[in-house]
Amino acid sequence: MALVNRRQEGLIKGIALVVSVFTMLLTIPLLRGFNKGTAELQFVEKYEWIKSWNIQYYLGIDGISILMVLLSALTAILCVLISWNTVKDKVKEFFIALVLVEGAMIGVFCSMDLFLFYIFWEAMLIPMYLIVGVWGGSNRIYAAIKFFLYTLVGSVLMLIGLIILYVHGNTFELTKLMTLQIPYNLQLLLFWLFFAAFAVKVPMFPVHTWLPDAHTEAPTAGSVVLAAILIKMGAYGFLRFSLPLFPQASLALTPAMLTLSAIAIVYGGLICMVQSDFKRLIAYSSVSHMGFVTLGIFSLNMNGVEGGLLQMVNHGVVTGALFLCIGIVYDRTHTRQITDYGGLASVMPIYSAFFIVFTFASIGLPGTNGFIGEFLIILGGFAKSPLAAIVSCSGIIIGAIYMLWLYQRVFFTEINEKIKGLKDVNALEIAILLPLLVLVFWIGVYPETFISMINTSVTALIDRVHGRAVRDSLTMSEAIKNLSHLSNLK
Amino acid sequence: MQGLDLSVLVPELILLTLGMLLLLLELVVKKKVYIAVVALAGVLLAFFSLYTVNGSYGVMFQSTVYSYVFKVIFLINLCLTILLSIRYLEIQDSSHGEYYSLLVFSTVGMMFMVSAGNLIVLYLGLELMALSTYILAGFIRHEKRSTEAALKYFLMGAFSTAIILYGISLVYGTTGTMDIEKIGYYIHTNGLGSNPLLLIAVVLFIVSFSFKIAAVPFHMWAPDVYEGAPTSVTAFMSVGPKAAGFAVFVRVLLTVFPILASHWSTLIIGIAVLTMLVGNLMALAQSSVKRMLAYSSIAHAGYVLLGLIPRSAEGVLGVMNYLFIYTFMNIGAFSVLILLTTEDFKGENLKDFEGLAKTHPLTAAIMLVFMFSLTGIPPTGGFIGKFSIFMSLINAQHQWLAILAILFSVISAFYYLRVVMYMYMRQPQEGQAVIQLNTSIALRLAMGITLVMTLMLGMMPQRLIDSMRHMFTLS
Repeated sequence: MALVNRRQEGLIKGIALVVSVFTMLLTIPLLRGFNKGTAELQFVEKYEWIKSWNIQYYLGIDGISILMVLLSALTAILCVLISWNTVKDKVKEFFIALVLVEGAMIGVFCSMDLFLFYIFWEAMLIPMYLIVGVWGGSNRIYAAIKFFLYTLVGSVLMLIGLIILYVHGNTFELTKLMTLQIPYNLQLLLFWLFFAAFAVKVPMFPVHTWLPDAHTEAPTAGSVVLAAILIKMGAYGFLRFSLPLFPQASLALTPAMLTLSAIAIVYGGLICMVQSDFKRLIAYSSVSHMGFVTLGIFSLNMNGVEGGLLQMVNHGVVTGALFLCIGIVYDRTHTRQITDYGGLASVMPIYSAFFIVFTFASIGLPGTNGFIGEFLIILGGFAKSPLAAIVSCSGIIIGAIYMLWLYQRVFFTEINEKIKGLKDVNALEIAILLPLLVLVFWIGVYPETFISMINTSVTALIDRVHGRAVRDSLTMSEAIKNLSHLSNLK
Repeated sequence: MQGLDLSVLVPELILLTLGMLLLLLELVVKKKVYIAVVALAGVLLAFFSLYTVNGSYGVMFQSTVYSYVFKVIFLINLCLTILLSIRYLEIQDSSHGEYYSLLVFSTVGMMFMVSAGNLIVLYLGLELMALSTYILAGFIRHEKRSTEAALKYFLMGAFSTAIILYGISLVYGTTGTMDIEKIGYYIHTNGLGSNPLLLIAVVLFIVSFSFKIAAVPFHMWAPDVYEGAPTSVTAFMSVGPKAAGFAVFVRVLLTVFPILASHWSTLIIGIAVLTMLVGNLMALAQSSVKRMLAYSSIAHAGYVLLGLIPRSAEGVLGVMNYLFIYTFMNIGAFSVLILLTTEDFKGENLKDFEGLAKTHPLTAAIMLVFMFSLTGIPPTGGFIGKFSIFMSLINAQHQWLAILAILFSVISAFYYLRVVMYMYMRQPQEGQAVIQLNTSIALRLAMGITLVMTLMLGMMPQRLIDSMRHMFTLS
């Protein structure tokens, strides 16, 4: 793409679109050939890469990653489309960055070699930094560097963890590492090192402060990528690496993780209530929603983890859609202040219809996807820790308050002078929002399609976390027994 | 003593002849470009004659895999510097033929340093390298900064040479030999692990080498010299003499004084941490990109020093990987600086980079790659270099040192990204004439090579890493 002359903006956009659509098409055989009955890796690609470090180019997907791959492919198309007319400066660079981000995202979700995973994980930072910093809002430079430094600190700590793991097992291959017996203390250390990277990405309380800045300042496509995919990488990391590699540490640290999640849910929600900036409000709501995801994951039971995974998709769809919606009006008005709006429902009726659906989905109304995800999570959470579940439930109520209040202030009340005469959504914008709308109801009414894909893998994961822990404690007691035998002999 | 095998010396002999030839050519050839072309051809010839197999010329000069790798680095450095210099010297109105022969002589000095089997040869190589670079630093005669840099460099350099001589004499006094391997053997067999004279000698060696590689607290000369010297020479100095310094540092500490390791490794840890700390923090405060790169190269010396601490083959491999990759990305960054330099424009300040992405998108994109590579973000070469050092550290149970080092590299992200920020996120200044780029083809070639190598080493490092390891398991 870099070879194209920069004046041919149409061509560049076209190529970006073709690339992303082509990627989407490539996922179709993936979907059709996907075997739901096995937790093994599928569509494996494996080549020697760096022999003396025992590193492989090793890709594969299973139930945990397939939905994320699909979501990434879909999001990329939507991002290209939404930026079609709105990005006017440095068009060429923008679309190159966007396509690079897409490649890295899918790479992250498919890598089965920790080294390769790290490469994709970090490589994503460069284009993302540029997207926020170059095409963002007024405070973009601050937001971009903050985003970059926060994530970099987390990831380099993970890098150390990764190398320690390698030194321990002499391989970067995930499947081989899983067969290792890692001593409990080392597990704890490694868990925290990986946690540093994943928690920043999710973002969990208290390392969430980069998120509102980056989300708010990023251009629409950037916010969508951040919300829909990037922050999912953290949660995915927990599921893919932390839980299976360090099961005992995960079990031991569950209370801490649940507490952090509950704090994020309530605290994120409360902050949303006092936001005067439209986009910032949605950004903070991500903190709250991702709190649900981590709550589900660290319930460490079927319902919780499945709900967490599903909620990752849901949040990607819904928050992505909300950011797209905000982008659509922002292009028309160039203001994000809630007080600048009012009575939008009568000015842009179709738009407000879309918006209300996504609002409901965000709150978790039955019939929409948000309900299924949150319901499963709270079921799972309740089984693990009723207290955390109850606290989190209040988060749903807070969510209803701030979302509905937002809707009321923006769409009802008197028509604000500033927005009179705005054009309603055009065909392109409808085409962008429609697939997300379909997904909202599809997951909301018949989640089986998606859950069946992730079910087997999640079962295997849960078995692994608990089974390993049980077996280890058995061997521990055996060891103690043996020791007492020895002392008896003496 | 076995028969003398001159073939081992071929690359060095070619270069020596080349250096003298260039001096003569200077008298007859009017157009200096031709001299550069001859120099380039000679260097390539030397490159292909590099000897990969072990051999030695008496006991004084040994060609090993270890010296081979460093010689490759030196010659690449020399080639790239020549390419950078041609147009730059014309702009600076300092186009003299001696320039190239000085570069060549300095490189010969480095090659003798890494191949030295004897402390005296090591010392002679060091002097040849150092004296040539002193002159090079002051090569723009009409520029005050340049002259000042040369003088400073000379005084500091002479000081550090005196220190190393003192160290050598102490070693000779205790062991009675100058032969590097014999000294190590002697210390080992006589159990001189805590001989006070030798301890002093180790400290003297460390101090002197720290001067050469500009490690804190012996770095004071570096920023001024790097800033004052012609940019092409800065690029040369920040790679070549530094790599040579590391080569002898590693060799002397690991083959002569391995028994005293418990004493010197604490010292090295201290110096490395201090170097990373000061280099990174000072780089944060710079408004001149050239000076920022000077401090950043100090910080990089800190990372490379860490490779000494594990005292393992893996650590040494890490050092070599790092230096090899560093050669490309650092010269690349300097080449962008040179590209921005024209007769009436300096292009050294951060401000000069404002809005570069708008006026010269390709140049900005190239600089972006080098900046990210210097930070150590994959998929660029810088990451692979850091990774191999950290891996050897963790393998030797120095996790906390690795964590510390990696946090320093996060700090470095801040100042490297500032350049990116100026290029991409600021508008070009109103009313300022659009920056004209240097038009030299040779310079573009050098930029192309460094760019491709930086990316290649990041995405396909297997060739480098596997072949290095392969060579070492063979020898």
